[in-house]
Parts: sequence; C-alpha cells; structure tokens
Amino acid sequence: MTIGSIDDQKITEVVDRVIAHHGATMDELIPILNDVNKELGYLPGEALKQISKHLHVPRSQLFAVSSFYQMLSTKPRGRHVIQFCESAPCHVVGGREVWKTLREELKLEANETSPDGKWTLATTSCLGLCSVGPVIIIDDDVYGNLTPDQIPGILARYS
Amino acid sequence: MKFYRSHVLVCIDPECRSKGAYEVLDALQDELVANGLIDEVQVLETSRIGGCDQGPEIMVYPEGVHYANLTPDDMAFIVEEHFLKGRIAKKFLLPITSVVDEELSAPTPKEIRIVLRNCGKIDPQNIEDYIAEDGYMALAKVLTEMTPEDVIDEVMKSGLRGRGGAGFPTAKKWSFARASAGTPKYLICNADEGDPGAFMNRRVLEGDPHAVIEGMAIAAYAIGCNQGYIYCRAEYPIAVSTLRLGIQQAREMGLLGQNILGTDFSFDLEVRMGAGAFVCGEETALMASIEGKRGEPRPRPPFPAVSGLWGKPTNINNVETYANVPQIILKGADWYASMGTEKSKGTKTFALAGDVKHTGLIEVPLGITLREIIFDVGGGIKDNKGFKAVQTGGPMGGCLPSEYLDLSVDYEALTAAGSMMGSGGMVVMDDETCMVDIARFFMEFTQDESCGKCTPCRVGTRRILDILNRICAGKGEDGDIELLEQLSQEIRTNSLCGLGQGAPNPVISTLKHFRHEYEAHIYEKKCPAKVCKALIRYEILPEACTGCTVCARNCPVGAITGERRGVHVIDSDICVRCGICQQVCNFNAVVVR
Repeated sequence: MTIGSIDDQKITEVVDRVIAHHGATMDELIPILNDVNKELGYLPGEALKQISKHLHVPRSQLFAVSSFYQMLSTKPRGRHVIQFCESAPCHVVGGREVWKTLREELKLEANETSPDGKWTLATTSCLGLCSVGPVIIIDDDVYGNLTPDQIPGILARYS
Repeated sequence: MKFYRSHVLVCIDPECRSKGAYEVLDALQDELVANGLIDEVQVLETSRIGGCDQGPEIMVYPEGVHYANLTPDDMAFIVEEHFLKGRIAKKFLLPITSVVDEELSAPTPKEIRIVLRNCGKIDPQNIEDYIAEDGYMALAKVLTEMTPEDVIDEVMKSGLRGRGGAGFPTAKKWSFARASAGTPKYLICNADEGDPGAFMNRRVLEGDPHAVIEGMAIAAYAIGCNQGYIYCRAEYPIAVSTLRLGIQQAREMGLLGQNILGTDFSFDLEVRMGAGAFVCGEETALMASIEGKRGEPRPRPPFPAVSGLWGKPTNINNVETYANVPQIILKGADWYASMGTEKSKGTKTFALAGDVKHTGLIEVPLGITLREIIFDVGGGIKDNKGFKAVQTGGPMGGCLPSEYLDLSVDYEALTAAGSMMGSGGMVVMDDETCMVDIARFFMEFTQDESCGKCTPCRVGTRRILDILNRICAGKGEDGDIELLEQLSQEIRTNSLCGLGQGAPNPVISTLKHFRHEYEAHIYEKKCPAKVCKALIRYEILPEACTGCTVCARNCPVGAITGERRGVHVIDSDICVRCGICQQVCNFNAVVVR
C-alpha cells in the first residue's frame, strides 16, 4: 500500500458516523477531529470540507485548529506511526542513542513517512511513562526501558 | 449490589495480548460458566500486573495469587484446582522475585501518602473498591451536614494550595467563583499534565479516579455548579477510559447525576480529550480548547472565576488539588495543616526521574529538603556518580546545583531560588550531564510548544534556541552569554502567559549556576561533561594502545589508522563520535576529551 488518497466514500462514511456520535456543535470539534484522524490515519482535505459543512464553520478555521494540535495530521501518515518521546527524562536515560538507532534503522527523520507507506516516524512530548524511559509508542503499543539493540526486533513485529 | 467471592484480574497489556491473553480470558470464562461459577467469580481486564515477559498472566483475589505463562488449555485445571477444590495451582504460580510496580514502590519512611494512598492497592475499575476505602463518605458528609460556605471554610483552614504549579490558595479560588454572578457555572479539572517528567496525575487518574471525581463533586457543591469537565491529554488513553468508566459507575450508584444521594444537589461530569498541545495546560488555553478553538491563552483579567468557559464563572483546579479534598473533609483541616510548613501545608506528589537509583512517584510533606528527596527517598545517584543538578517544576523551572540541596521544598523557597514547584516533576542530573545541552533541550521543548500568539515568546524562544544550538555545535561567539541574558529578561517580562514567562528559566538558572560551562563551550570550544558531540574528541592513548586493530576494524567511518602492533590514531575530522571504538577496545586505550 502506498500513501494514496482515501476514497471519498470512505471519508463520508467515517465523518457522518463520527458527527452522528458527537453532535454537530463547535465544542465537539476536537473530539470529532480526533476520531476522524484516528480512523483515517490523518485528516484529508475532503474530510475537513465535509466537517465544515456539518458544523457551518469555515474550512480555514478547521485548518487553524487541525494544524495547531500535534496529534492531528493534515498529511497522510504511514500504516504504523512511531512516536518517540523526546522529553528530558527519557533523554537523560539513553534516549539519544535510541533515537539515533531509530533514524538509522528506518532511514527517516522526524515527521517523515517511508516511501512504501509503512512507517511514519514522529516525536512526541512527554507521555508520562518516565519511570520506564526511553519510551516509544507504535500505534497503540507502548515499549519502555528501551535500548538500541531492541529496536530491530521491535520493528520486525509490524507488517 | 452484586457480591463475588473472588475476582480474577487478567492482564491485557499489549505484550500479553500478543501472547494470547484474550484467548486465555475467553477460556477462563467458558470454564467458569461450565462449572456454574460465573456468578461467584468475577473476571476483570486490567493492565500492568507485572512480569511482562511471563504473560499471559492473571491475579486472583482475595488470595492475591499470581499465575503466569498461561495457555487457554490451562484454564480447566486452574478453575478446578483453585475455585472448586480451593487449592493453589502451584505449577502456574509466579514466584515473587522483584518489585512489580516500576513507578510506585512501597512508601519509604519519609513519605506520607494521601493523594497516592489507593494507587496500586485498589482496582480502579471497580467503584466498590474505592467505597470500601471510605470512598464518597466525604461527599455524603458534605451534602448532609455542611453548607457550601462550611466547605470553603474547611478547605481554607487546611491551607490547601493549587497543586498544578501556581500554588494559589484553593478555597480562595472557590470563593471567587461562588461569589461571581452568572449561570451556569462550570467546574474544570486540568488533567493536561504535560510537563516532561511529570506523571503523578496520570497515575492518580489511572489508579484512583474516584478520588478526583469525588473531589470535584465536593468543589462543585461549594461553588454552586452542576456541570464539570475533566480535560485530559490525549497522550493518556488509559486515564481517559478509566475516568469514563468511573464516571459511569458513579452515575449508576447515584453518586453523580441528578439528585446525588437523594439530595437537591445535581452534578455531572464529562471527559474531554486534548489533542497534543502542551500549552493547553494553561487554563485559558484549556478553556479555548474545550470550546473547539486553537489552544491560545488570553490575557487575564477577566479571570476564569469571573468569566471562563463560554464566558461563565469557572473554577479550574489540578487533578491533585481535587484528589486532596475528600481526605481533608473526612480527616479535617487541622489534620492536613499539621503537615508541611507555615505557608505550604500538606503533602505533594513528585515524579523523580533522571539519574537517581529509585525513579518513580513519591509523596512527601512539604518542607522536606531536596537532599532528603534525592538521597533518602530516591536512593542517591545511579551508578554512584556525583550529583550535579536537579530540575524542579518542569520545563519552566530552574536547575539547582548542590549548594541548594538543603533547600526546603515549598512554594516560596523554590521560587526564591530561581526555580518553582510546578506540577511536581523532578529531573535529577549526574556529573556527566552538560548543563548547556540541558538548557537547549528544555528550550527546544518550549519553543516547539509555544502557541505563537505573542511575539516575545514565539520569536524570542526561537532566537534563544538558535544561540544555544550554535554554542553546542562549537560555534559560540563572544557576546552570546550577554545576549542570552538580555533575551531571557525580555521574554520573561513581556510574554502573555506562563509558558513564555517561564521558558527562559532553565537558561537563566543554568547561566547563574553553571556559567563556566557556557564559557568553556564558547571560549575554549570544550564541553566539560563530554556530551556535546561537536566539542569532544575521541583519542587513543599511545601508551595503552597495543595495536590490536580491533577499533579500526569496527569504526563505521574508517577514521582510525594504524599498523598491526603499532599505535593507532583517530582522525578527528572523519570521526562521528559514535563511541564504538571505546566500547570494543579491550585495553581502555580510547578516551574522550
């Protein structure tokens, strides 16, 4: 699977369902964007267009909100998103070496997606798991107490 | 209320799931049904029982027995042995080899656990566990025996101050919201714990959600409001789902919703998730986020107590502040005020991180010294290295060197020392830490999280970061230090919100206490802690080198030359400072200068 666009029918189905669940009001905007982002992997332009119609809110405003929050993405992401905690407590216990290994193994820099659409490498701020740092999250899976030599094995678990 | 004679907790962490935890759970339930036990034994999903490499695993209560390395086929045996015959199924028993909870150990002698009292001891997904620990008794007392003014008085007497970082007297804040005109009023819990290194709130939300829910209900009664929101960061998905479950269970028991406990008081709660923005921990940005906008702070006044969410009077407090309230009501203000110092009463949770032996969550009475926290409670520096500095208060706090180890940990003392209490994150650094790199690191964080609204913060932090990057790359210039000081003052005095006002603190405090490190980087082009890669050199000691060629063969960039049995040399221009040569050398001939 390469990073292509998601077809409009799927987008409409997801947007309609999410809005039906939360209600079409401004104070539900971030929950709506969160859910759509989670299901589609990111927020395609078509999705923002439809949300704009449901909420009667200009698309520019939606874009302003989507681009503000780190967990929302207006660009397509890989099948698996790796979030690496780049905060100080993980940094001082070996995070630097883990980050270097990740970049080397994946041949990606921060916020890049691999050409085959498999991986997006992202950094995140503190996940609150400082006791078991360094930490990465791949999709919903958390890996703590990381050392560089564990990285290839962990990456190999994902197809 | 249903009574079970036994509870079985099944770990469904990702590690266990990948080994078939759900199949084991299904098999267990099938066996219980087949043996007519499903109404006597309750099966619960949980996370983090421990022993992650021995999954799938279950914990059986009330005995507290831990079975591991399970397969679905084992369930028939376990059900028959343990539940029918009442015998421990020894062959699946996991020996207790080490402390299971990586974050929260048993309390050390200097700790007093109030906020953390239930964490790790009760099942957070079962409201009855909380009730069994006097849960919701405080709410019942408040609704039946006290007026809202009584509640505010009691909290005032306790001396409780906001635990989110600013330390504003809680009861005073409540009284402002109470006195404000305007309906409806709102209550918000700030669960957007974004400080790197702070995870106290996360643990409380995951481990004892009802302490927060009950605290909020009491606060709502005190200020006269019926609707509350818990704004929880999206990086805490388990906390969010645990809270939602807790709220649902509380509603089912009549402890939330209309006419709580049969009184006139109604209060309901909703969980709102963030979307990854540190600045949303700032109260006005948080409210903007709930309203569906960009999380940008606004000037105050008007303060939220007068005009907050949707322009209505709103009280915002931190998770820990609310979690203290039920205990204060039950045990009394005098009890709470007996702990701590004159102006900083009670206890505070801290998250010890970095280079200490025992990282994790602690809760200590305020007034304890930094030395006691780091060395007595934390066990001292890991690997017996030397203590260099401790950062308190998160990325807006300051770094304090060893001269401050005997400082009393209270709001005023920390601020006077150039740091702050913050939410409770404490990052300890050993003598192999470069303080310039640390300042750069924190500035990178705050610069990234700056919302961009006001120029001093948006542009100022960027400029400071540029200078620090240059210094760490070996390109520091004469005048950089003075420029950093000037910029820091300007950003601190002119920024709109706490993020900008506090962003220069790591720079200011490291300049104050570790100026010589900056000077070494700039004027000598050296990094004393040997961290900044551009400023260190890997060298081979001629007298120690045996010419075995192992280093040259392992060097990924071919930077080492030498003949067999001859002294080898590293070419500093090619060397990328990866450190492999030092690792593979058997003669300790490679040193870092």
